Amino acid sequence: MTPKRLFPLLLIAAVACGGPPDARSAADLEPPAPPPLPWERQPSDPPAVASPLVALVGGTVMTAAGRTVEDGVVVMENGRLHAVGARDEVPVPDGAEIIDVSGRFVTPGLIDDHSHMGVYPSPHVRATADGNEMVDPVTPGMRAADAFWPQDPQLPRAVAGGVTTIQVLPGSGNLIGGAGAIVKLHLGRSVSEMEFPGAPETLKMACGENPKRVYGSGRQSAPMTRMGNVHGYRAAFQDAIEYGRGFEEWQAEHQSWQRDRQRYDAAVAAGEVDPNAADPGDGPSDPGPAPLPPERDFGLERLLGAIQGRVLVQMHCYRADEMARMIEVGQELGFRIRSFHHAVEAYKIRDLLARHDVSVSTWADWWGFKLEAYDTIEENLPLLTQAGARGILHSDSAMLVQRLNQEAAKAMTAGRRAGIPITEDQALRWITINPAWALGIHEQTGSLEAGKMADVVVWNRNPFSVYARADLVFIDGQRVYDRAAPNPVYRTDFEVGQDLELAPEGDR
Amino acid sequence: MRRCTLTLLASLLAAPASAQTPAPIALVGGTVLPGDGAPIEDATVVIRGDRIVSVTAGGAAPAGAEVLDCQGATITPGFVGTQVPLGLVEIGLEPSTVDEAPEDDDADPIRASFSVVDGYNPTSTLIPVARRWGVTSVVSTPSGGLVSGTSAWLDLRGATLDRLLVEERAALHVDLGDGGIREGGGARSSALNRLREAFDDARLYRQRRASFDRRGLRELSISRLDLERMSEALGGDFPVVVRVSRSHDILRVLAFAREQGVRLVLAGAEEGWMVAAQIAAADVPVILQPMTNLPAQFSQLHARYDNAALLHAAGVPLIITTEGAHELRNLRQEAGNAVASGLPADVALRALTLEPARVFGVDDDYGTIAAGRVANLVVWTGDPFEVTTWARQVFIRGESVPLTTRQTQLYERYRDLEQVPRGLRGLPRAP
Repeated sequence: MTPKRLFPLLLIAAVACGGPPDARSAADLEPPAPPPLPWERQPSDPPAVASPLVALVGGTVMTAAGRTVEDGVVVMENGRLHAVGARDEVPVPDGAEIIDVSGRFVTPGLIDDHSHMGVYPSPHVRATADGNEMVDPVTPGMRAADAFWPQDPQLPRAVAGGVTTIQVLPGSGNLIGGAGAIVKLHLGRSVSEMEFPGAPETLKMACGENPKRVYGSGRQSAPMTRMGNVHGYRAAFQDAIEYGRGFEEWQAEHQSWQRDRQRYDAAVAAGEVDPNAADPGDGPSDPGPAPLPPERDFGLERLLGAIQGRVLVQMHCYRADEMARMIEVGQELGFRIRSFHHAVEAYKIRDLLARHDVSVSTWADWWGFKLEAYDTIEENLPLLTQAGARGILHSDSAMLVQRLNQEAAKAMTAGRRAGIPITEDQALRWITINPAWALGIHEQTGSLEAGKMADVVVWNRNPFSVYARADLVFIDGQRVYDRAAPNPVYRTDFEVGQDLELAPEGDR
Repeated sequence: MRRCTLTLLASLLAAPASAQTPAPIALVGGTVLPGDGAPIEDATVVIRGDRIVSVTAGGAAPAGAEVLDCQGATITPGFVGTQVPLGLVEIGLEPSTVDEAPEDDDADPIRASFSVVDGYNPTSTLIPVARRWGVTSVVSTPSGGLVSGTSAWLDLRGATLDRLLVEERAALHVDLGDGGIREGGGARSSALNRLREAFDDARLYRQRRASFDRRGLRELSISRLDLERMSEALGGDFPVVVRVSRSHDILRVLAFAREQGVRLVLAGAEEGWMVAAQIAAADVPVILQPMTNLPAQFSQLHARYDNAALLHAAGVPLIITTEGAHELRNLRQEAGNAVASGLPADVALRALTLEPARVFGVDDDYGTIAAGRVANLVVWTGDPFEVTTWARQVFIRGESVPLTTRQTQLYERYRDLEQVPRGLRGLPRAP
């Protein structure tokens, strides 16, 4: 499904209700587009980014696109990668700032498709808990972007771990929590200065224990069981289907009104009807003002978007049986799941996940904090990769996001220990291009290929080592992190002035 | 890297081994990181029964020994998990499987007599997972309240306590982090006062036990069993581990321990680096998680990645731990990150082996690879802290333990989807 396909159901309805051809051109009978949603009014083409011409020369370039280049060259300028390849393939352009990265490793910027940074920031206190609108289990109208705090001290620490793009999700207390925010970690004063340009909308949904614990155990209200969960999704999507039908009916009505209007206006112009006469006679009557569209519902709009494929569903779900069920529920209601999150039992249904092209966002080894997380195995990602499913290593944690490379290394190692030969390129995809795909931004970022965003990390050694540290991080060609020269901007407002009484001991 | 292979040498020629003297095992050719000294290359480690009998460079295996070729491998003492409720929690969110603290919200915050041993489940599925990644002992620790109870040192082998219990009361645990302060009245002063009163009462009980039994003492603030345990801590039977984060709180706790005369160990100490000199001067060890670097609470705004390195530089003895019992397999990742942030590798290893043994009073038997020590050791495929290596073989009390876990069994069950037992894959289709 193409994310850009707007209201196809409505177009089909319009054709079916077209009626006899009119003298006017067909264009006049196009059904009216629904009014844009408030957050859709941002420019679709982001302004061009300015960044210097930089060449990273001599490093081992791990592209996450199937190729690792020894003694490579990566050239970037104005926010984009210009060239990536071996030194004999890629000339270093005149005037470029040359950064010698020999002995070091270059990878795409890491992407975490499951974060709550900015909506559950540090310090984690009552005042900062903004990730779960737990007043109703179905709140698709919420948007993580509206709560995102760009001064969260967790953010710069993730950048120091080589992370350049994150999906900030609402929590999993609700069945349908709301829209995720895809942000790049060049920090800004507001979320608008960080949002990933042109990223499709995403929708957070949650299976299993969390919603039923919050509502059933916590408040004696629905959902109390997994039955209640699934009923909740069905009821919500049915509402969305009917909401969409309301718009179709309005569009048909509007078209019919347009025809009446044209007929009437033509009759007035031809002098067949006198608009000021008390009795209109036999001619067409004045159709009056255009019919108004149905009341806008931001939440149902987003669910409808999921049905139309322009909103990518991010489904928190641990157990294999529940994931299988949710694929079926999606088929009943007409939406597809882009990624199962947490998904510790994905290995049990990896054939199904590969067949349906649903990606799996999971950890290397987290387990046991609740019963649905009991069947974790260390080989989950390796088995998924082996089966041709799209594996993603996510964090769901402001601690773990700082070490996505180590977590990927652990999963790779678990595979090798079990005899599943996972390559470093495959493991790198778990934290770069595969999460980019889950977010629908894989044509823009997630691998080192000419034309993509210049989101690049230089590591002091092979990133699949516990001792590896990011030396340099570029986002859109901006050098946002340099381990040797900490950027004061990367100390958040919150942290300013907390250390006035400290002895100047060591560097921070 | 060659696999560690087991070969039975000259078993026919060897003298018949009696049940009392099993054949020795010799680990030959590996690099031994003994935990308290320089690495030994091409080492020969000989194990007999549950003990290490010798460690030599280039030594010969004794006649009749089972010889393990360990060339290319690294051998370390088994790691010790501390400050985690291993055996006390199976599923975090299922209260019926959690014995690390009373479930009742209104439980008395002073629970010195809460004993880990009563709730420890040696058949927990968490134990084999920790063991698979080189953890051979644990100081299983209670949580919650202001005084949480006593921890125990256990080896991760055996289904009954008599086989695995090493030290029934390893330490008394106090929480002066945010949770403990809340339990102690919600302010630092109220929590410390509550604690002070409990220790004062325990001291009185200790001095005038007979009067207590005759009901001849003033009213005391805590129960008889709690008095008993706290009195033992006052007598120096075991250390008092205090969970605390904020730098100035650490100073208050150092003063408190001096005032009470208890042997103090700090845990958490996210801001410890700020008062490292004072901690070192008091000769107080610190149990910490090196990867903790977020200002996650107001009490740890100055948490940083190199806390361990800075504390060590000031002379503070360190024990490294991890997030929880389920995460014990990542002890080595914590250590590796501490090293990447400046902690010397041998200190990081000591922080997982000898230092916990010393702090909890079992270093005569545990913590190093040396003659006479309990044979808890791990054969690694390489650097024990690296995320691309694994434990090839784990010995606990001289026995090579299986590295199977519930998780590896699930893996085996689903390794080949075609072989998954019928009924787990739905009905077969007719052609």
